[in-house]
Amino acid sequence: MAIVEDRNIIAVDVQNAVKRYGSFTALKTISLSIKDNEFFTLLGPSGCGKTTLLRIIGGFEELSEGAISLFGDEIAKLPPNKRPINTVFQNYALFPHMTIEENVMFGVEMRGGSKAEARQRASEMLDLVQLTQFASRKPSQLSGGQQQRVALARALAPEPKVLLLDEPLSALDLKLRQAMRYELKEIQRKAGITFIFVTHDQEEALTMSDRIAVMSSGELQQLGTAREIYESPHNTFVADFIGETNLLEVSVDALSGGSATCHLGGGHELICDEVKGVGVGAKVHLSIRPERLTLSDTPMEGASLSGVVRDNIYIGTDIQTIVDLNEGPQMVIRTSNSDRGNKRIFEPRSPVFVNMEKGAARLLAD
Amino acid sequence: MAQAGEDIKNYPGFMPITLFCLVVLYAPLLVVMIYSFNESKSITVWQGLSFKWYVDVFVGPESAKFKEAAINSFSIAIVAALAATAIATSAATGMLRGGSFRGRGFSFGLINLPLIVPEIVTAVATLIFFSAIDFERGYLTILVAHIAFCIPFAYMPIAARMQGIEDTYEQAAMDLYANKTQAFRLVLFPLMLPGIVSGFILAFIISLDDFIITNFVKGAGIETLPTAIFGAVKQGIKPNIMAISTMLLAVSIVMVTISYFVGKSGDKLKQPPGEK
Ligand SMILES: Nc1ncnc2c1ncn2[C@@H]1O[C@H](COP(=O)(O)OP(=O)(O)OP(=O)(O)O)[C@@H](O)[C@H]1O
Ligand SMILES: [Mg+2]
Repeated sequence: MAIVEDRNIIAVDVQNAVKRYGSFTALKTISLSIKDNEFFTLLGPSGCGKTTLLRIIGGFEELSEGAISLFGDEIAKLPPNKRPINTVFQNYALFPHMTIEENVMFGVEMRGGSKAEARQRASEMLDLVQLTQFASRKPSQLSGGQQQRVALARALAPEPKVLLLDEPLSALDLKLRQAMRYELKEIQRKAGITFIFVTHDQEEALTMSDRIAVMSSGELQQLGTAREIYESPHNTFVADFIGETNLLEVSVDALSGGSATCHLGGGHELICDEVKGVGVGAKVHLSIRPERLTLSDTPMEGASLSGVVRDNIYIGTDIQTIVDLNEGPQMVIRTSNSDRGNKRIFEPRSPVFVNMEKGAARLLAD
Repeated sequence: MAQAGEDIKNYPGFMPITLFCLVVLYAPLLVVMIYSFNESKSITVWQGLSFKWYVDVFVGPESAKFKEAAINSFSIAIVAALAATAIATSAATGMLRGGSFRGRGFSFGLINLPLIVPEIVTAVATLIFFSAIDFERGYLTILVAHIAFCIPFAYMPIAARMQGIEDTYEQAAMDLYANKTQAFRLVLFPLMLPGIVSGFILAFIISLDDFIITNFVKGAGIETLPTAIFGAVKQGIKPNIMAISTMLLAVSIVMVTISYFVGKSGDKLKQPPGEK
């Protein structure tokens, strides 16, 4: 079924949001636009303000400054029960004295639906999360994963325009968490509404999201698709926080035709794409993902840095090789285990060259 | 954790002290219970099993007096406990859900102060209060006094239960389009109910059992069970008093048992493990 939809309708628009608790500023002027139908993730380390921002959107906290609108309507002053936004709470907050069905019916009834409507809707939702056979149980009789799905069904039942999810998977064990990622994504696709998802787990963010907002200490660091964030981090924080990377200190020697020539200690030289805000003579960081590096025993065309293998670490899918560059810093190179047939593994202490494809190295403005 | 060798049971003197406490606590009660079934009028010599003193309570020469006292006692206890529970529930909601407001700590003290004020002081003060406003002493003065001193007793279990209810439940209700009243009625109140029932029962027992304050504020011509028993005992202890006491004890035990099971039946408030 092909649905023609405008991918650019803005569902939630946060403008210059500031949140202060006394003298502490939890959110420092955050602006972001979340599109309709988007799986949008707020990602950042503990204490960076993800929950605070989510609670502001839900109506549980008031903004100190700024504006927030939902499909064009200003909602900053509306109480939570007047906002067509529902929340999956981090601890689920299922009503312990009600059955699963009553829990899911609650929002529909409060929104003015009849008992019959609510029951109908609850059965649809429990079907969606595959918990129909548990309808008459109490929440305490379900496992953590099942409770999580009930919380999802309950929040979806009143047909909100936006669903907020605060680390809904954090209480689950690893296997279940991974399975739920796909389920959640699938449910979002079926429900066709905007999900705003909070997590501090970057893998979760990368695998599920249409777009990710990376936050740190109350500030928005970067906003983009998983690919943009991973491959073109704007700054050191994002490069370091998302995935593994080689962060090298370099100084920029020359700029020409969109490329920057940089050197790092030991006379090693690198060419990478120019970045706004980095001029000649600047001392900045450079990020290179370990999987974009290869090893060889003779120098190859392009950037080829000489060094000595320190160690090989077997990590399941990959082998991680640590190389000490001659009179330079250490680098980590990742070789996929499936490539082993056509790639050599160098023993410790053997001299090697570290090669990178064009565009692998990325200059970071700060 | 105590090691096996340091088990409290192995401390010298543990058994004698335990026995002494149990005897002091329960021997008098046992004596009263046993002798309430005594055939003879004696309160020290056992002469065979009989229910005659129980019959005497209901049809004997003093039965009219006891019946009236019992009606007063129970009606006052029910009304006082209901009123105190209603007030305590609102107080707990305000104290624990009203956010922080000026004088919160002070209000907390105010609610619980009666627990530590010696009862005789409260009794005298209440009496002075009623005299000062020229309130005629009788059923109503007892009732008002009972409502007042029952509030902290009703408040304690209600507040304890409420403290265990995280405010995410109300937030979830509000998130699901309930207004404040609905969130209270449909979510918070049902979750508080076990605490409210316990509070009611505690207040009921405290009221039923009160002697000092009642005796001060009751005025002439009206008795509750405790004051009636006290009056009767002044003319010598008869086994019918033991029968009444045993029945009162039974009522207390039944109420406390109900309270215990209500507390246990309440829905578990435990949250699934998660990072907070
Ligand atoms: N009610 C409050 N009063 C004062 N400070 C608060 C309050 N709520 C949050 N904060 C502070 O605001 C900052 C952001 O908190 P927030 O809960 O949004 O973090 P988070 O990104 O969700 O972290 P986590 O991943 O640990 O859940 C924290 O430093 C926290 O201490
Ligand atoms: Mg949080």
